[in-house]
Amino acid sequence: MSEGISQPDAPLAADRTAPAGDLFSKFDPLIKQREELLANGVEDPFSLVMEKVLSPTRAICNGRDTILLGTYNYMGMTFDPDVIEAGKKALDEFGSGTTGSRVLNGTYQGHKACEDALREFYAMEHAMVFSTGYQANLGIISTIAGKGDYIVLDIDSHASIWDGCALGNAEVVPFRHNDIDAMDKRLGRIPEGAGKLVVLEGVYSMLGDIAPLKEMIAVAKKHGAMVLVDEAHSMGFIGPNGRGVAEDQGCLDEVDFVIGTFSKSVGTVGGFCVSNHPKFEIMRLVCRPYVFTASLPPSVVATAATSIRKLMHGSNKRAHLWENSKRLHGGLRELGFTLGTDSPQSAIVAVIMPDLQRGAAMWEALLHEGLYVNLARPPATPANMTLLRCSLCAEHSSEEVETILGMFTRAGKATGII
Amino acid sequence: MDRAQVDSRIRSLIEPFNRKMLEIGDETTFAGDLEFDSLTVMDFVAAIEDEFDIIISMNQQAEIETFGQLVDAVCKLQAG
Repeated sequence: MSEGISQPDAPLAADRTAPAGDLFSKFDPLIKQREELLANGVEDPFSLVMEKVLSPTRAICNGRDTILLGTYNYMGMTFDPDVIEAGKKALDEFGSGTTGSRVLNGTYQGHKACEDALREFYAMEHAMVFSTGYQANLGIISTIAGKGDYIVLDIDSHASIWDGCALGNAEVVPFRHNDIDAMDKRLGRIPEGAGKLVVLEGVYSMLGDIAPLKEMIAVAKKHGAMVLVDEAHSMGFIGPNGRGVAEDQGCLDEVDFVIGTFSKSVGTVGGFCVSNHPKFEIMRLVCRPYVFTASLPPSVVATAATSIRKLMHGSNKRAHLWENSKRLHGGLRELGFTLGTDSPQSAIVAVIMPDLQRGAAMWEALLHEGLYVNLARPPATPANMTLLRCSLCAEHSSEEVETILGMFTRAGKATGII
Repeated sequence: MDRAQVDSRIRSLIEPFNRKMLEIGDETTFAGDLEFDSLTVMDFVAAIEDEFDIIISMNQQAEIETFGQLVDAVCKLQAG
């Protein structure tokens, strides 16, 4: 799903009439919804500023000392001393940016080192680094599935997957979330001889639920489809080596393309695709979102490579993050909150709010308690739900999780949600 | 199956999705008149695909705005 947590757009004056032909008229319903929300006096959930970041789990937000429970910093690598040191060194030795495409002047030794680290992390033949995770999906999907091919994908797929479909020329066929039978039927009806790509995610970020990848990939292979799995929210945390949900379910060998990001567990920015396809390297010449953009700055690839190598040995942190996820999930359930999943399946615990109005009130009450979570709202969310999405970090202490549960108790009672 | 038969089958399939109980004609639009959101579209399309054993990709759906256009598209897909 797309992330409904951006858009720091200033509200427009309500009484200003638009001139005829104003291309912005199409945004009027959204502008109105925002004005109504802010008119109730809540702090703007989409304009939060972090004035100071104290650690992976603490920041000064809008002037308050705040526990961060709404970042994707799952493994807490952003302040790792080795990671920071590698970034500083690269800045000193290679400068602030590459000012060029990967295929022209934008491939430094650091980019190659970063791809080496990824190949080792996943034990795969090929790795290709993109400037963002969004571009990795956009580029790979739009390039490999061409005219006459079919993309079969989960309806709850992330915006970058949908945009990859829109950028290409393939026929796009969605199926109901995690519905193996619906996927099977659609694959079975595709005309003989057409190329097929099945696109799945390990963890779906809105509700934090995982996909039954083993069964789904078996069905995809039965129909002769290639399989792409986005493991953005599982890398570093899920699976014995942190390779993701496919590794955890013992089917990573069946995955043709793994898409991932540096902006979550890795703790910087960038995206990648790893694959064992023998012809994979040709992607570097034909994939437009890879070719026609500047490569990542040297400091970014240096921090990414260092972080990825440290994540290979992160089993203790992974174990603690699971403890945190289980405690928060169980605790919130005991308090009477409605959660997105029956059991803790990832580092994301989604709390379902009755509506946007009360969700925003609860979000604000938590912020006043000193806790930041993500407010996710339609249309980014499945079934038009309003969610308070909590994402845990391996650096949250057990005591901090108890503090967080206390904050949820007080805010939930104050807003009448529990 | 001729157009009239396809029409009547789709008419019965649309019933559970026609929450406003609109009278449906060839000119009835899914987005405007029936106010289908993306999830409703997916469920409705899935019902049609299962009934006729066809596939209607999102690319094809983009061309279909009215009930009449849907009946025509299903007739064509069945023939093909």
